[in-house]
Amino acid sequence: MKFGILIQDGPYNHEASDSAYNFIKAALERGHTIQGVFFYNDGVHNVNKLMDPPQDDRNISRRWSELGAKGIDIVVCIAAAKRRGINNDVLVPNVRISGLGQLLELSIESDRLITFGTG
Amino acid sequence: MLHTINKSPFFSNNLESCLKFAKDGDPIMLYEDGVYAVLAGTKIEPAMKDALKKHPVYAIEADVKARGITKVLEGVYLCDYSCFVGLVEQHLVCPWF
Amino acid sequence: MAEKEKTKIMFVMRKAAHGSIYAYEGLEAILIMGAFEQEISVVFIDDGVFVLKKEQDTKPLGVKEFSKTFKTLEDYDITNIYADRESLEQRGLTADDLIIPVKVMEAGEIAKIMEVQHVLLPF
Repeated sequence: MKFGILIQDGPYNHEASDSAYNFIKAALERGHTIQGVFFYNDGVHNVNKLMDPPQDDRNISRRWSELGAKGIDIVVCIAAAKRRGINNDVLVPNVRISGLGQLLELSIESDRLITFGTG
Repeated sequence: MLHTINKSPFFSNNLESCLKFAKDGDPIMLYEDGVYAVLAGTKIEPAMKDALKKHPVYAIEADVKARGITKVLEGVYLCDYSCFVGLVEQHLVCPWF
Repeated sequence: MAEKEKTKIMFVMRKAAHGSIYAYEGLEAILIMGAFEQEISVVFIDDGVFVLKKEQDTKPLGVKEFSKTFKTLEDYDITNIYADRESLEQRGLTADDLIIPVKVMEAGEIAKIMEVQHVLLPF
């Protein structure tokens, strides 16, 4: 199956990024395709390369970049990113900025779309 | 429909709303702080026992263990993310944020 | 040639405006996604019904007033707009208190509409 992933909240403050990551790993292990990951709202903070957590903690932006390197399309919403000072200068590699039209496309092309956030 | 809940029932009304909208037989997945709903001996135990009669209730075991929850309500399926994915294979996802 | 089937996408609005950005960025998503001729619907549940409350004056707070923008949904042919009856009632509201016309429905009826969607997006 093709899964789309929407992430609405930032890293560390909440568990949403971790849950999404665990879900994606399990989906890939079950042989599914991740059609794309879309970051919206505070989710755009997930892919900031300036992130530098203590060594004994996970580096969340690096994790997303590694998934991007595997060929998963990782998209950051441009409107949400601009509002929060996220641009190409601070993005980790293997991630791109694009519009909300991509979320629509992801919704259409995925067999299932699942949202992670806090609310 | 698969209903997903990630907030503690002692903090938000997400579980309550979910139970209002969920059709009998709809599975419910509890993860993150949502897993506090499976703790036995709490004020929401009666509501959960009622929910368990109508819905298969799943909770991510890693989240349960991380929170030191050892007294789990009978009938709750403790599961991993692979099981979560399995449920999403079968159902449209309705997230209650 | 048969028209390609439209994708049913429902926005589930459960959070109030101003206290967090979800309702506002949710509206932005509705407006963009509404321009692509898919089958978009919106349901207001729980504190989400407050988003449509008439007479919002955000000038003293210094933030954008966006409730009026919901009036433009009609221009995008987004007419399937629902509100949960009990959520309104619990908050002392009726359909007359809202800035746009909505179909007030019971939870069970709304759940039936949710079930036939391809995607549910929470805001």
